[in-house]
Amino acid sequence: MIDFLGEVGAWLGDPANWTGRSGVPNRLWEHVAVAGVALVVAGIVALPTGVALGHRGRGGVLAVSAVNIGRAIPSFGIVGIAFPITLALGLSPLGYWATLVALVALALPPMFVNAYTGVGQTDPALVEAARGMGMTERQVLTGVELPLALPVIMAGIRTAAVEVVATATLGAVVGFGGLGRFIIDGFAQRKFEEVFVGGVAVALLAIVTETTLGWVQRRTDHTRPPRNGRVPQPLDVDDVIDAVPVG
Amino acid sequence: MSIDWAWIGSHFDDMWAATTEHLTLTFIAVSLGLVVAMALSLVALRWRSTYGPITWFTGILYTIPSLALFTFFIPFFGLSLITAQIALVSYTLLILIRNIVAGIDGVPDAVIESARGMGMTERGVFLGVQVPLAMPVIIAGIRIATVSTIGLVTVTSLIGQGGYGVFILRGIRRQFLTETLVGTLLSVALAVVADLLLVALERRVTPWRRRREAV
Repeated sequence: MIDFLGEVGAWLGDPANWTGRSGVPNRLWEHVAVAGVALVVAGIVALPTGVALGHRGRGGVLAVSAVNIGRAIPSFGIVGIAFPITLALGLSPLGYWATLVALVALALPPMFVNAYTGVGQTDPALVEAARGMGMTERQVLTGVELPLALPVIMAGIRTAAVEVVATATLGAVVGFGGLGRFIIDGFAQRKFEEVFVGGVAVALLAIVTETTLGWVQRRTDHTRPPRNGRVPQPLDVDDVIDAVPVG
Repeated sequence: MSIDWAWIGSHFDDMWAATTEHLTLTFIAVSLGLVVAMALSLVALRWRSTYGPITWFTGILYTIPSLALFTFFIPFFGLSLITAQIALVSYTLLILIRNIVAGIDGVPDAVIESARGMGMTERGVFLGVQVPLAMPVIIAGIRIATVSTIGLVTVTSLIGQGGYGVFILRGIRRQFLTETLVGTLLSVALAVVADLLLVALERRVTPWRRRREAV
């Protein structure tokens, strides 16, 4: 064990691991960049769709199946399927596009479901009251439904972000860079100190993402009482996605 | 890019073997997870102040990507079943503990008071009233944990374990879509079947709900 920690220390102390294409900073940047692009693309597609359907109260079946399918499809499988598809489309660099396509596909369900449920669950009495005050449909949406749904929508974005950061690690299997590279290359060369460093880096990135977006989410919530009166909430199978296990 | 049906036709034996492996890995993880989660839930129910720290810690475990969590235990246990199971069990804990504690908490006070009034011991109230009434919520947790674990088991192929992930990984390495697709779809199918079986189990252990539906 002490030997192993020594090897980890030696790896961290080697300047070659901190510069250039396969250095930690570049791998971190690749990881964050592909995750960010995937979240933006998925958000542009999923959030307006979810909000619009939630406002009209349509598409409930779609939302429930998105929850269940999203949970049942292994993210590793999505990465694997995206790979030959991007290969056939001739997109280059291959690893990047395969990872991006998979990450977008993974980020869509939690974003859509939470936007749909958040807007759709607005207290009907409030919506009626807003209409009775003479608000237009647009004003009802932007002035009542969206502000009240914001914490739920943010929870969806947070879940998607954590999942995307986690699964970007698997991109290394299809030739993408990112922090997963250390883990996969370390396996291949049986350099387990490199595997370990990669694992710690990925774990830290996921925890930082979760914590930061969790903080943002709480800031958007003006309806919830302060945290000291916390009551455990069970998860239901058709529930709003506020936590999905990660790739 | 097209599906190689001949390959599928000639690999039913492999698929069956992978199904057994996948189910075994999932079953061990969810069963062990349930045992650990029950113990931690009892602690949380007995000493309320521990609930926060317990969910905080299991929440962190839940956030760590599976491939990263595997790497933490490789120095100790190598590319082994133990490494895979520690990670898989860790992922079930948050879901199970949340649902066990919330399920027990959700039992109405009036019911507990009546049970005590009938002279039941605290132990009898817990095992005979609170746990059975909490079953739907607890099983909802087991359903989520099982479906998630089935998906996560695919990743264990990267640390040398079996199951459907082997198809996915080999498909990627050989650039053979059929094999990857088979691995993925079998995993989804297994998740759906397992979920349906757990729904059936829930109906069995909560007969009073079924009677109410029939009326």
